[in-house]
Amino acid sequence: MDLSFNAEERAFQDEVRGFIAKNLTEEMKRATALTPSVFSDPDIGMAWQRALHRQGWGAPGWPVEYGGPDWTPAQRWIFETECARAGVPNVNVMGVKMVGPVIIGFGSPEQKNFYLPRILSGEDYWCQGYSEPGSGSDLSSLKTRAVRDGDDYIINGTKIWTTHAHHANRMFALVRTGDGPRQQDGISFILIDMKTPGITTRPILTIGGDHEVNQVFFDDVRVPVANRVGEEGKGWTYGKYLLEFERGSGIASAKLREGLKAIADLAESDLTGRAIDSPDIATRLSEVEVDIDALEMTELRVLSALQTGQNPGAVSSILKLRNSEIRQAVTRLGADVIGHDALAVEPMRPLYKLNHEPATPEEMLTVIPEYLNGRAYTIFGGTSEIQRDIIAKMMLGI
Amino acid sequence: MDLNLSDEQKLLRESAERFVAESYDADHRRKMANDPLGFSPAVWKQFAELGWLALPLPEEFGGLGGGAVDIGILMEAFGRGLVSEPYVATAVLGAALIAKCGTSEQKQASLPKVADGSLKLALAHSERAARFDLAKVTTSANKTAQGWHLSGSKVAVLDGHAADDIIVSAHIHDHRGPSGRIGLFLAQATTPGLVISDYPRLGGGRACNIELFDAHLPEDALLGDGSDALPAIEWAVDRAMAALGAEAVGIMQTLLDTTLEYTKIRKQFGRPLSANQVIRHRLADMAMQVDEARSMALRAALKADSAPIERARAASGAKAKIGRCARFVGEQSIQLHGGMGVTEELEVGGYFKRLVAFDTLFGGSAHHYARHAELGRRAVSA
Repeated sequence: MDLSFNAEERAFQDEVRGFIAKNLTEEMKRATALTPSVFSDPDIGMAWQRALHRQGWGAPGWPVEYGGPDWTPAQRWIFETECARAGVPNVNVMGVKMVGPVIIGFGSPEQKNFYLPRILSGEDYWCQGYSEPGSGSDLSSLKTRAVRDGDDYIINGTKIWTTHAHHANRMFALVRTGDGPRQQDGISFILIDMKTPGITTRPILTIGGDHEVNQVFFDDVRVPVANRVGEEGKGWTYGKYLLEFERGSGIASAKLREGLKAIADLAESDLTGRAIDSPDIATRLSEVEVDIDALEMTELRVLSALQTGQNPGAVSSILKLRNSEIRQAVTRLGADVIGHDALAVEPMRPLYKLNHEPATPEEMLTVIPEYLNGRAYTIFGGTSEIQRDIIAKMMLGI
Repeated sequence: MDLNLSDEQKLLRESAERFVAESYDADHRRKMANDPLGFSPAVWKQFAELGWLALPLPEEFGGLGGGAVDIGILMEAFGRGLVSEPYVATAVLGAALIAKCGTSEQKQASLPKVADGSLKLALAHSERAARFDLAKVTTSANKTAQGWHLSGSKVAVLDGHAADDIIVSAHIHDHRGPSGRIGLFLAQATTPGLVISDYPRLGGGRACNIELFDAHLPEDALLGDGSDALPAIEWAVDRAMAALGAEAVGIMQTLLDTTLEYTKIRKQFGRPLSANQVIRHRLADMAMQVDEARSMALRAALKADSAPIERARAASGAKAKIGRCARFVGEQSIQLHGGMGVTEELEVGGYFKRLVAFDTLFGGSAHHYARHAELGRRAVSA
C-alpha cells in the first residue's frame, strides 16, 4: 500500500499543473471564486472547456475512441485534484459527464458522430430534463408525454429544476412514450433542440439570489424520432445509468478541501476578527477537515479498486451523500465565521461583474449565497433520503 | 498510489480472520470475561507461532519488519472477535518504544523474547492530573550512584497486570534538579516499591494503576541515552491509536452485521423491523460510519511514519472521528436490539463496551479534535 504517487504519476501532475498555469486566466479564476451557484456561467465555463479540448482533455471519462484521454483512475484523480486546487471553472457537466456517457453507451452511430464532438468542443451546451413539478424523488412517475406522429414525437408537459436551461441549446429528457405495468416502463430518453418551437423557459430564483434553475414548458414540441437514444420505452435504464455518473465522479474531496481552506483563511483573517481564536470555530474547522480526510480516503480506496478492475458497488451513494453533507457543513461554518458580514445581501449578479462597491469584502461575497444555495446539495441528484434507501437496498440487502 | 492489499497482506487478513472465527467464539469470550488474567496464555503462544508478535518488530531482532498497515489488518480481525490478549500493550506500544529508544543491548535483550512470546510488556505513562496531555509527567526518576529511584503514580496502564516488564515514563532529575527531559525506564514487574493494582477493563481484558514508592532500578534501566523521550512516546501512542482504531472498525463491523441480521429476523407489527424506513436509514448511517472509520484507520496507519505533525494530525483525526463513529454505531446497535440489547444475555453490549473503552483510551473525541486543531495551527506557523 502506498499513498504517494509514482514517478510517472508525478510527471503527469507536473503536466497538469503546467497546463493550468498556462491556460487559467486570472479573470476565469476570479469569476469562479465569485460564483456562489453550483455551476459556472457558460462564458467562463466554456472558455475553459475549449482550452481543455485543445489539449485533448475535453472529456476525461470517455473512452479514447470518442476523444477521451485514456487516463488511468489515478490520472483522473490527479487531474481533478489539481483543477480543484487551482480553482478552475466548472465545465458543462450535463454534457461531458451526463449525456456524453449515455450517448456513448446507448446512442446510434449517427448520434455519436454528431453530438460527441460538439460536447468536446463546447459548441453544444446541455441541460437535463428529468424532474417535473409532480415528480421529484419519485422520478419515474413523470408525466411529460411524447406521442408518435410519423417520424416525429410531439411532446407536451413541463420539466423543473432545469439547470442552465436559459443558456443551453440542447436538452436530454426523460419523457413518457407509453404506459406499462410499472411506472418505470414506457419512458424514453430523448435529445431536444432548445430552439424548437413550443419550448418556453421560466426562470426560478434560488434563495441565495441566483438564477441557475428554470422551469421548461413543452407545448406541442415536435422532435424527430431519430433523436431518441436507444430503444423506445427503455429510457429509465439509460436515465439510471446517467444518475450514477451524476452522483459521483468519485472525486469531490479536493474541491471540498479548497472550500474549507477559503473559510479557514477567513477565520484567520482580521476581516473576521480572527474567528479561529474561538475554540468552537477551531474545533469545527478540524471536524470538517477530518470528514474531508475520510471522504478522500474512501475515494482513494474506490480508485484503487477501479485500478485493478474491481467494481466498487453502491459506494457511489455513500460518496454523494457524504460529499453533499460535508459541503453543507463547510458553507454552514462559513456563514458563522464571517460574523457581522452575514447580514449583508448583494442582489446583483454576476458577482464578478459588480458595478459598485459591495457592502462586504470580496472574499466574503459568496459565503451566504453559497450557504443558502448549498441546501440544494442534499436534494438534487437524488435526495439524501433516497441515497439512504439505495445504501440500505444495495449495500445491506434490506 | 495503491491502496490494494498485497498478497502477503491478504494472507495475513485471511489467517487472522480464520483464527478469530475458529478460536474466538462466544464461549471463549464469556470464559475470558470471568478469567482473573483476562486472556489466554495458550492463545498468546499461538500468536507467537503465527508470527503475529514478531510482525511489527525490526528484522535484526527477530521481527518481521511489518508496518502500521499490517498491524491494522491484524487488529481489525481482533476487533471482530473482541480479542483480549495484550497485543497493543506488548507489540505495538512496548516493543515499539524499546525498538525506537533502546540501545542495541536493550533491544537484543527484549525484542527476540517479545517475538517468541516469552516477554510481555506494558507502558505506564498516563497520570491522573495530566488527563490526556502526554507531555505532563510528574513521576520522578532521581539519579544516584546506585541507579535510579522512581516515585509517582500511573493510571490506566493497559495489561500491566500481565506484563513481565513495565516501561515507566518519569521526569529525569539529576544533581541539579529537574532536567526537563522525560525518560523511559524498563522495570521488572516484580521490582520492590512498584505496586500494581489491577482491575477488569471496560469491554474485556484488564488494566491497572501503578504506584512507585521510591522504586529502585539499575542504571541501565533507562532506555537509550536519556535524551527526551516525549517525541518517541507521542510517536508510539499515535501508532497505538491507529491500531486501536482498526480494532474499533472490526468491532463496529461485527455490531453492524449482527444488528442487520437481527432487524431482518425480528418481527413487530407483522413485519420485520428492517421493513421500516426509519430502521433502514439508521442502518445505512451505521454502514456509512463504519466505512468512514475504516478509511480513517487506514489513513492513520499509512501516515504512522510521516513527519511528526502530519502523523499526529492523522492519528488524532482518526481517533476523534472513529470515536464518534464508534459511539454512534455502538449506541444504535443497542437501540435496534431493543430491551435485549441492554442485557448481558446478548453479546452486543460487550462489543459496545469495548467501543466505549476505545473512545476513552488516550483521550476522547473532544481532546483529539482540539489536538488536531492545535497542531494545524502549529503546522501553519512553522
